[in-house]
This record gives sequence, C-alpha cells and structure tokens, in this order.
Amino acid sequence: MSEAAETNYLTAGSSLRSWLLTRDHKRIAILYAISITAFFLVGGVAAVLMRLELATPGGDLVASATYNRLFTLHGVIMVWFFLIPSIPSVLGNFLVPLMIGARDLAFPRLNLASWYVFMAGGVLALGAIFAGGVDTGWTFYTPYSSTYSNGYVVAMVAGVFIAGFSSIFTGINFMVTIHAMRVKGMGWFQMPLFLWSMYSTSLIMVLATPVLAITLALLAIERVGGIGIFDPAIGGDPLLFQHLFWFYSHPAVYIMILPGMGVVSELIACFSRNRIFGYKFVALSSVAIAALGFLVWGHHMFVSSQSVVASLVFSLLSFLVAVPSAVKVLNWTATLYRGRIVFSAPMLYAIGFIGLFTLGGLTGLILAAVAVDVHVHDTYFVVAHFHYIMVGGMLMAYLGGLHFWWPKITGKQYSRRWGRVSAVLVFLGFNLTFMPQFVLGYLGMPRRYHIYAEQFQLLNLCSSAGAVILGLGYLLPLCYLLHSLFCGKPAGSNPWSATGLEWQTASPPPEHNFNGRPSSPGEPYRYDRMGKEGGSAEA
Amino acid sequence: MKPGVVMFAWLPEQASTVAGEVDRLFLWMLAFCVLILVLTVALVVGFCVKYRSSKKRDSEEELLEGAKQRRLEYLWIVAATVVFLGFFGWSANLYFRMFKPYEDPLRIYVVGKQWMWKAQHETGRGEINELHVPVGTPVELVMSSQDVIHSFFVPAFRLKHDVLPGRYTRIHFTATKEGSYELFCAELCGTEHSEMIGRIVVLSEEGYEAWQGRSGGAGRFAEKGRQLYENLGCAGCHEPGRLVPAPPLDEVYGRSVALASGARVEADRQYLRDAILAPNQEVVAGFEAVMPSYREQLENEDIDALVAYLVEKGAAHE
Repeated sequence: MSEAAETNYLTAGSSLRSWLLTRDHKRIAILYAISITAFFLVGGVAAVLMRLELATPGGDLVASATYNRLFTLHGVIMVWFFLIPSIPSVLGNFLVPLMIGARDLAFPRLNLASWYVFMAGGVLALGAIFAGGVDTGWTFYTPYSSTYSNGYVVAMVAGVFIAGFSSIFTGINFMVTIHAMRVKGMGWFQMPLFLWSMYSTSLIMVLATPVLAITLALLAIERVGGIGIFDPAIGGDPLLFQHLFWFYSHPAVYIMILPGMGVVSELIACFSRNRIFGYKFVALSSVAIAALGFLVWGHHMFVSSQSVVASLVFSLLSFLVAVPSAVKVLNWTATLYRGRIVFSAPMLYAIGFIGLFTLGGLTGLILAAVAVDVHVHDTYFVVAHFHYIMVGGMLMAYLGGLHFWWPKITGKQYSRRWGRVSAVLVFLGFNLTFMPQFVLGYLGMPRRYHIYAEQFQLLNLCSSAGAVILGLGYLLPLCYLLHSLFCGKPAGSNPWSATGLEWQTASPPPEHNFNGRPSSPGEPYRYDRMGKEGGSAEA
Repeated sequence: MKPGVVMFAWLPEQASTVAGEVDRLFLWMLAFCVLILVLTVALVVGFCVKYRSSKKRDSEEELLEGAKQRRLEYLWIVAATVVFLGFFGWSANLYFRMFKPYEDPLRIYVVGKQWMWKAQHETGRGEINELHVPVGTPVELVMSSQDVIHSFFVPAFRLKHDVLPGRYTRIHFTATKEGSYELFCAELCGTEHSEMIGRIVVLSEEGYEAWQGRSGGAGRFAEKGRQLYENLGCAGCHEPGRLVPAPPLDEVYGRSVALASGARVEADRQYLRDAILAPNQEVVAGFEAVMPSYREQLENEDIDALVAYLVEKGAAHE
C-alpha cells in the first residue's frame, strides 16, 4: 500500500491548528467528545457531593445555599452541556455522513461554528458557577429566578441561550444532509434507524430551541431591566414562564432520548444478527414521538393551578405519547427472537437500556395519571423517573454506541472483558441509586431538599451507596478506552461484521470518508442473509 | 424519630378521604408496570438464553414476516392504547372528584412566604407552620404567596398544590384520622426551601373547639378586614353618596360584573384581590380608573382579611 492510502482523518494533520480549524465532521465529533466528557465530569462531581450530603438527614456536609447551587449546576450542565449534545453531536456528527455515504455534512463550517458556540455557552455557564453559582434549579422558575435569587442567573441563562444555537446549527445541518446527500439508491426506508432518530431529533432542535431562547431572553430582560413579564409584583404572570419553558423543555426530553433509541436499534440488530423487527414502525414512531412531544408540556403543570380541563387534556396526550415508545420496546424485544445473540459490551449496554428505559417509561404512565401526579409531583418519584430515562436510557445508549463505534472512530480495540464489567457495574449501580428514589417519592420526600425527615434516611443511604458504584462504573470506560488508544490492537474495518456503510471504509476512516464510491446499500440490517461466514460479531 | 418506631413503610399514612382512592389507582398502575416489566425482562432474557450465538441450532428457522408481523404490530399498538385510555379514564374521574369544590366548607386562608406557612382561621386565630383542623369536616384552603412560588404538600392527604404570588389557588380536603401530619413545601423557593415545613394537626370536633377556645366565633377574621376597610378609608369612596364615586362593594362579590372595557367578569375572590392590588386593570363599567394600588400598604394576610370581609358583605346583601 502506498503512503497516501494509509492516511486517515486522525493522521491527516497533527497541529493544534489543524484540529481547531478543522471542517472534518469526524474531527469536530472528537472535539465535542472531549468537551462533553469534561462537562460530564463537572456535573458528576456535583452529583457525588449531593449524594454524600444526602447520606444523612441533617445538613452537615454543605450549607443549604451551597446544596441548592450544586443541584442547579448538576441539572444545567448535565441537560444542556452533556445530554442534549451527547449522541447527536458526537456519534451523530461522526456517523451521519458515513452512514449515508457522503464526504461530509452539508455545511462543514456551520458544524465547526456550532462547536465554538457550544463552548462559548459552556464557558459562560461555568463562569457563572465559579463566580458564585446559581440556586434556581435548572428550571429557572420565576419569580424566584427573576426577582429573588441572588445568584448569577443572567450569566447562566446567557450561557444556555448561546449553547442553544449550537443545537439549532447541528439540527439544520443534519436535516439538510439527510435530505440531500444520501448515496444513490438509499431511499428513506433504506436508511439505518439511527438516521431516522437523528432526523426526528433535529426537527425538535430546530423547532423548539428558539422558544427556549425567547423564554430565557424574557427572563433576563425582567431581571436586568425590571420590566414586568413574569413577576406579578410588577405586573407579570409567573405561570407564563412555566408554559414557555416546558414548551421547549418537554420536547427537549425527547432530544435527550430519541438519539439513544436510534443507537439501540443499531446495536440490537447487529448483535442479534437479525433484521430489525418492524423497521417502518420503529422509524415512524420516532417521528410520532417528535410530533406528539410538542403537545404534552402541561403535564409539568398539573399542580400549578392550570385549569382542570387543561390538566385532563394534557394527561390524555401524555398517555398517548407513550404508545410509540412502547412500540419501540416491543420491536427491539421481537428483534431478538430467533437471532444469534452475541453478548459484547455494546450489546450488554443495549440490553440494560431496554430494562431501564422500560421502567422509566412505565413510571411515566403513573405520572401522566393526573390524580396520582398530584401526590408524586415534585417528589423523588419524578427524580427517579427522569433519571431512568435520561441516565438509564440516554447515557446507557451513549456508552453502548461509543463502545460499538469506538473501533471505527479510533481504529483500536479496547479490552472486551473490562467493557462487559463496566456495562454490568453501571446497570447495577444505577438501579441501586434510583430504585429507592421511587419509594422515597411515594412516601412523600420532596425533591431539592437539602435537609430531610429522618424516616427517609435508610432509602437515601441505599441511593448514595449506589451512586458510588455508578461513579466507578463510569470511570472504568474512561480508563480502558483511553488505554486502548495507546495499547489497543488494530480493529480492522468491520470488527463486528456489521451492515451499514460506515463499516465499508477503513478504521479510522480516511479524510474524505470513502476511497471511491461506497456501494449501494440496499435493504438495511440484512444480517440474516449474511450466512454462516458473516455470522460472528465476536471477531 | 423515637427508637422502636417503625422506620420503614411502603406507603405513607392515609389520612384524608381521597388518600385510599389515590393509593388504589397507584397500586393498580404499579401492578401493571411490574407485570409489563417482568414480561419484557422475561422475554429479553429468555430470547438471550435461547438464541445465544454459542448454541448450535438449525439454520432454517422462519422469522415472522409480512402480514403476520404487521398483525402483531397493530395488535400491540391497539392493546397499549386501550390499556392507557383505561387508566386515563380512571384517573380523570378521580381527579375530577378530587377537585370539585365543596358546598359549604370550613375556610382557612393560607399564606406562603420565604420560609414559613401562615394560616388565618375565620375566627381570627392565626398560626405559623401549623394548621389545626377538625376531623371529618370539609376544609377549603384559600392560598396565596407573598413572594415566590411555593407548593403546599401534605403526603398523608395525597394533596399538593402550588401557592402563587398574586393569585389565589384553592384546594380542599377532609381529614379522616386524628393526628399530626407533615406539611412540606414542594416547590423550590430559595435557600431554606427544605426547612419550610410544618404540620397539620387533625383534632376531634371537641378538641378543635377547645383549641379555638376564646378566639371568638366565626367572622372574626372578616371583622379584622372591616377594621382595615375603615382605617384605610375605603368607605370614603365605596359607600354611596361620596364625592368620588366608586362601586358599592356590597354589590360586587359573587356577581357577574360589567367592565368599562365592555367585557364581563365573575367577581370572585381573585377579582377582589386584583382590584385592591391593581385596581385599574379591570374597572367596573360606569366608573373612572382613579383608585390607587394598595400593594405597598398591605401585608398578604391583610389582603386576605379584606377579601374575607368583602365576601361577607357581598353575601349578606344577596
């Protein structure tokens, strides 16, 4: 082989400048991966401190003011600077062009700009934290945030406001790319399901994020200019903020889970060596979730003095949005049927995802039942529910996806055994952390409580112990994945014998993704036709 | 907690008329969730074991395809929708009954402020971080906040509702068991949010009367409102025949009032409250927008007292 053929996107240039001014979607994905890992560590440290504090009922480790700053930091960083960009900006950025056989995204410069905008927002938010913090919770409810809180609210919301534009840029980029740049012969229903989920996510990002921007801008205007928008003392309406905020933030919940669903569809199909069951149903349920997700924001306001009729309508719609999610779970399960299942690390993450997401989704039904929600609203029941979706779902899927495509991204193999250990550890630690919180919630422990009644201690202690295991589970991949960068064996172009265009090119891929034209993909997930020679994913 | 007391329970105490019903719905939904979860896990684990790649099998197994597969898809879509709608119906019915106002309840005004709960009984007796109510009596709380949003949460009653600045929210309950129950603030309201707690003391009828003691009969809270009405000089305009004409207040509460803007509004407690704090927003037809706001002069409890007085005045005129 000639020297030129061996150059890949990683070796194409090694100067700092070649990274910071790159327009290669793969390099931008790496920039995002490093940044969100850093943000995840910051948010994670806050979580550990909170769980340590909650090991005892009294407020002995940190003061109330500090505790409130910790959970605000945890929420803001994890939601906007980890979960929302996680799969779309890292795996999506890397894979969308590869999966459709394109050389790059439609707008490479916009893609790089999105990373800079994201970092600017992140630095501002971190600055607000280090300057003294914010104690409003990630939800910024008015009039507390607009009038009463004495933290750095404006800097924090400015950070989130700016980071929002990076979501919009990424969303536009993905939509245009998926519409216009698919390789010849790839129709909509020949796309891998990951792309359907990316497309649905982009739709929400582009349509919902501007509403968040408006809401936060209004909040800043009231706080800085004293113009009455949300504070009734100066003529505003505090509920207006909640309507606007949740009009974005409920769809944003689906920004934080749809990409995970896309990843899991890929993993389940590959490691059960089977076609995905009900391809069209899985694909269209992503779109259904994206659409219905815009109509359920009122279920965050069942006890906010919204009218009884409004609550009932939102309750009904919330039950209905669960149907497409149920369809997905059943189809993944059915995909296993008569497969040839391989228990690799990514598959263990995906199986864990099914369990945790199912429980998270089912408890969502309990919250949608407005009569029960009156009792469990704003308690630990809600905290447990959304962590099952966001962490049990999205984070498991992100890690599963990272383990699946790591050989493609880096060209290296990681330790298989440690991969499996970490998947199991994360699953166990997660359940120990959050299962007790369901019970705590129904018993009546409100969320965001620094000091709590003594009868809640036993369950809180279980939860804190689980958090330690979970923390270790997350640190492990950081170690062995980094180790693989230096000492890992070469992965080869298709170590899992997977279908999909990304596996047709070298690992790591060349700068322009494919040497020559990728072959026409045909039907996706034709694992069952690969016969005996292609039957092993355990290369 | 005293040693020897049970440290652990799966359900909080049931001490209101709705608590049992909420628990029943919750437990049925929980049972459904557990059933589905167990089924899903059993299928996943079962398939994983049966179809593991290391096991030798005939390669000629048929997959579900075509019409068979579509039938299965439609089957579970319809099944899920039907079950979900069933739970929705049950929950909606219960919620509707929970929030249907009582006919003639014992009414208590509650004010949330950073970081305490204040209650004003109609007898004029006030409390802080405690609320005494008689057992078996329908109670309605008329709640408002002095500053930020709080949330009134009594786990034993399965009852929660936000308490808003500038707006009355009303909830009601009937306690079924004497005892003392925890009251939490459930909406983040600032530094000492987790210490904004109190207790609801449910007393027997006799115990409640003894507790009210000499605090006077019903109507003392409204009496406080009447004094404020006089001291603030409200009568200067609002009684008939004065120089600056203002709507006579015994003809406002509980009626449908025509506004200067041409709209009509139901003059409830919220309207009276708004009329004191932001008088020129909704002016009664035929009058000028000349009344000053009393926002600066009045504590939240005073506004409640004034409103209680105006309600009484309006009701007496009927």
